[in-house]
Amino acid sequence: MGAAQQHYLLEARQMQALSFAAHIPLVCFGTAFPALILYVEALWLRTGETLYRTLAQRWSRIMLTLFAVGVISGTILSFEMGLLWPAFTGTFGSVFGLGFAIEGFSFFMEAIFIGIYAYGWSRLSRRAHFLSGIPIVITGFTGSLMVISVNGWMNHPTGFVMQNGRATHVNPFHALFVNPYFWHELVHMYVAGYIVTGFVLAAVYAVARLRGRWTRYERTAFAIPMAVAALASPVQVLIGDWAARDVATMEPTKLAAFEGLARTTRGAPEHILGWYEPDGRIVWGIRIPRLLSTLAFHNPNAVVQGLDAVPANDRPPVNGVRISFQAMVAIGTFLAILGVLFLLVRWRRGRLPESPWFYRAVVLAGPLSLVALIAGWVTTELGRQPWVVYGVMRTSQAVTGAGGIPVGYATLAVVYLGAYLGLWWVLRRLAAAPVHT
Amino acid sequence: MIHLADWPLVFVLAGLVLYVVLAGADFGAGFWQLFAGRGRHADEVRDHAHDAMAPVWEANHVWLVFILTVTWTSYPRAFESIASTLSIPLFVAGIGIVLRGATYAMRSGGSSPRELRIIDSIFGVSSILTPFALGTAVGGLASLRVPVGNASGNLVTSWLNPTSIAIGVLAVATSAYLAAVYLAADAQRERSAELVDLFRRRALGAGVIAGAVAAAGIVALRFDAHRLFTRLLAGDAVALVAVSAVAGAATLALVVRRRFEPARFTAAATVAAVVGGWGVAQNPLILRNLTVSQAAASRSTLIAVIVAVVAGGIVLFPALALLFRLVLGGRLGHSAPADEHTARAVVRQSRPRLALRVAIALAVAGVALTNVADSPWAHGFGVCALLGFVIAGVWAVRPADLAAHPTRVRQSRP
Repeated sequence: MGAAQQHYLLEARQMQALSFAAHIPLVCFGTAFPALILYVEALWLRTGETLYRTLAQRWSRIMLTLFAVGVISGTILSFEMGLLWPAFTGTFGSVFGLGFAIEGFSFFMEAIFIGIYAYGWSRLSRRAHFLSGIPIVITGFTGSLMVISVNGWMNHPTGFVMQNGRATHVNPFHALFVNPYFWHELVHMYVAGYIVTGFVLAAVYAVARLRGRWTRYERTAFAIPMAVAALASPVQVLIGDWAARDVATMEPTKLAAFEGLARTTRGAPEHILGWYEPDGRIVWGIRIPRLLSTLAFHNPNAVVQGLDAVPANDRPPVNGVRISFQAMVAIGTFLAILGVLFLLVRWRRGRLPESPWFYRAVVLAGPLSLVALIAGWVTTELGRQPWVVYGVMRTSQAVTGAGGIPVGYATLAVVYLGAYLGLWWVLRRLAAAPVHT
Repeated sequence: MIHLADWPLVFVLAGLVLYVVLAGADFGAGFWQLFAGRGRHADEVRDHAHDAMAPVWEANHVWLVFILTVTWTSYPRAFESIASTLSIPLFVAGIGIVLRGATYAMRSGGSSPRELRIIDSIFGVSSILTPFALGTAVGGLASLRVPVGNASGNLVTSWLNPTSIAIGVLAVATSAYLAAVYLAADAQRERSAELVDLFRRRALGAGVIAGAVAAAGIVALRFDAHRLFTRLLAGDAVALVAVSAVAGAATLALVVRRRFEPARFTAAATVAAVVGGWGVAQNPLILRNLTVSQAAASRSTLIAVIVAVVAGGIVLFPALALLFRLVLGGRLGHSAPADEHTARAVVRQSRPRLALRVAIALAVAGVALTNVADSPWAHGFGVCALLGFVIAGVWAVRPADLAAHPTRVRQSRP
C-alpha cells in the first residue's frame, strides 16, 4: 500500500469529522423520533383526544425536515468515502462495502415510509397510517446496525487476509456480522439516539415552561420524551461499562488512551480530570487506586495494557481522546442523575417535577447530550488513530492524492453552517405554525 | 453472456437509469422553478413543481448512494480511481445536493413570496449544478480519462473536456425535459388546464433541445472519444442508440398529443437505452487501463452483493410501488381536511403496578447479565433485558397521564 502524497491529512480528517458531527445528531432523530411519534399516535388512537394527534402531527413534520437534511448529510458521507479516503475504500471496499450497500436499502425504505407517514395524515385510514410508521422504526434500527457493523469492523478488522497490500480471502458476512466488537457499539449508539432525542425535545418544552407556557400540550410534549430519556440514560451507564470492558480486551491501546495509562500496570489506578504529560504522568488529576483494573476487568489486581505496549508512532493523541472520553462520561453521568431524579419525583410524588431548577437543568441537558454524543464518537475515532483499519491500514495510507482539500473543507464548512442556520430557521417556523386538525 | 463480475455493474447501470429518470425529474423541477420568472403565474409554476415532488422529495438521492455503495463494494479499485481523479466534479455535485436538500427542507417554513423566491433560486441553481457536475464526471469515464490509481489522472482535464461538457449539458437538458413531461402529467391529473399547457410547451422545447444536444454530443465523441464513438455506432450498441432515438421521438409525439402518462414511460426508455448503449459500447473496460473483471472484487463479495441487491429489491420495490401508487392516487399531501375522529368509549386499563414490577425485574436481570457476568451470551440477554426495562419503564411511568393531571397521579386506577 503506497501512501499518496498528501500535505493536508489533518484537514481531511477534520473535514470528515465535521461531516460526521453534522450528520450524527440527525441520525439520532431518525432512529428514535419515529418511535416517540408512534407512541403519541397510539395514545390518540386509544383515547381519541385530539391533543395527541396535534402533537404527533407536528412532530412528524419536524421529523421529516430533520430527515431531509439527514439524507443530504448522509449522501455527503458516502461521497467522502471516495473523495477523502479512496485508498481505504479501494483496498477494503470488498470487505466492508456490503454493510453500506444494505444500509442504502434500509435508508431507502425509511425515506419511503417517512414520506408516506408524514404526508399521509389526512387521507390514509388511521390504521394504515399508524402501520406506515412501523417500518420507519425498524429501518432506523437496521440502518444503525449496518453502519455500526462497518465501524466495528474498522476497530476490530476480521474476515480477510492481507497479501501484497490487497485484501484477499474476503468474507464480508464474517467481517461485518460475526465481529464480536460491534454489538456494544451498536447498542451504545442506539440508546444514545433515544437519549439525545429525548433530552433535546424535553429541553425545547422545558424552555416553554420556564417562559410560562405550561398547558397540557406542553406538559405532554415534555413528559413523553423526558420519560424515555430518563429511563435510557441510566441504562446507558450500564451499557457503557460493558463497552469499556470490550474495548479493554479488543482495543487495549484505545483504552490506555482513554485513561492516559503510559505503562502496562498491575492494579492500575484511574485518574479523573487532569492532563497527560508527554513523559506519561497525569498532572492535576484525581487518582483512585486500582479503579481502572476493577472497572476494566472486574479484578482490582488485573494487568491493564499501557501505551508502551505499542511503538510511539502507533499511539493515538492521548489528551484529545482522554478529554473527549471524560466529557462523555461526565455528561452521561449528569444525564443519568437527572433521569433518576425525574423517576424519583414521579414515584414519590406522583407528578412532574415542579422546581424551576429541574427545568433549567433539562434545558442544559439538551445541548449537552449532543456534546456527549459527539465526544463519544471523537473518543472512538480519535482513539483508533493512527489507524483507519486498526493495526492494518493507517489513516495516512487511506487519504486521497488529489489536491484542494483545504478549499473543499472551507466550502463544506460554509455550506453546512448555512444549512444548519436554515434548519434552525425552519424549525422555529414549524414550531410556531399551526397544524391542520 | 453476463459473467458474475458483470452483474453488479448491471445493477449500477440500472441504478443510474433510475437516478436519471427519477432524480433527474427532481432536478428538472428545480430548473423550471428557477426560470419561472415573476408574478402570480410564476408562483403557480413554482408551487406546482414543489408540490409534485413533495412526498417523494429528496429520497431519490438514495439511488446515487446505491450506485456508490455497490460500486465501491464490487469494484473497489475502480471506485478509488474514479473518486480521486474526478474529485472536483463529485465534490461540486455533493455541495449541490446539500444546497438542494437544505433549501428543500426550508421551503416548508417559508411564508412570504420573497422568502420563497430566494429559497427557490438557490434550489434551482443547485438543481442545475448537480446534474451538470455528475454529467461531466460520467464524461470523464466515457472518454476513458480516468486511469487506475489514487488521483493518477489529470484532476482538471478529466472532467473539463468536450465529452464531459456535452454529457453535462445533456444531463441538465434531459432533467428539464423529464421534469416538464412529468409535471404536465401531474397537472393533467389535477385538471389544471393552464399548467398543462405551460408544461407541455416546456416539454416540447426541452425535448427538442435535449435531442439536439445528444446529436451534438455524438459529434463531440467523434473527435474526443473515438473508441466510444465507433463502438456506439456498431454491434449491439447501435441498436440501443436507435431504440433511444425512436423512444425520444415517440415521447415528443405523445406530448404533442397530450398523452402524458405513456410519455412518462417512453421518456424513461429513452434514458435507459442511452445508458445501456454506453455500457455495451464501453465493455469490457471500466477505466482506461482496467477491465470490469480485473476491477471486480472476490467471488464471495460479488455473490454477497448480488444476494443483497436482489433481496433488497424484493423488499424495496413493493414499498416504492406503494409510494408511487399513493402519490399518483393523490392520497398524500398536507392540505386536505382531516377526518373527524370520535373518542372511543372504552379506554383499556393500564396496569402500572405490574409494569413497575416487570421493569424492576428486567433492570435487575440486565445489570446481572450485562455488568456482572462476563460471557458474550450473558451480555446479549442482559442488553435485551435493559432495553426491555426502558419499554416497561415507559409503561410504568405513564408520561401522558402524568402530563394530563397537573397534580398527583395515583399509582393505580380503581
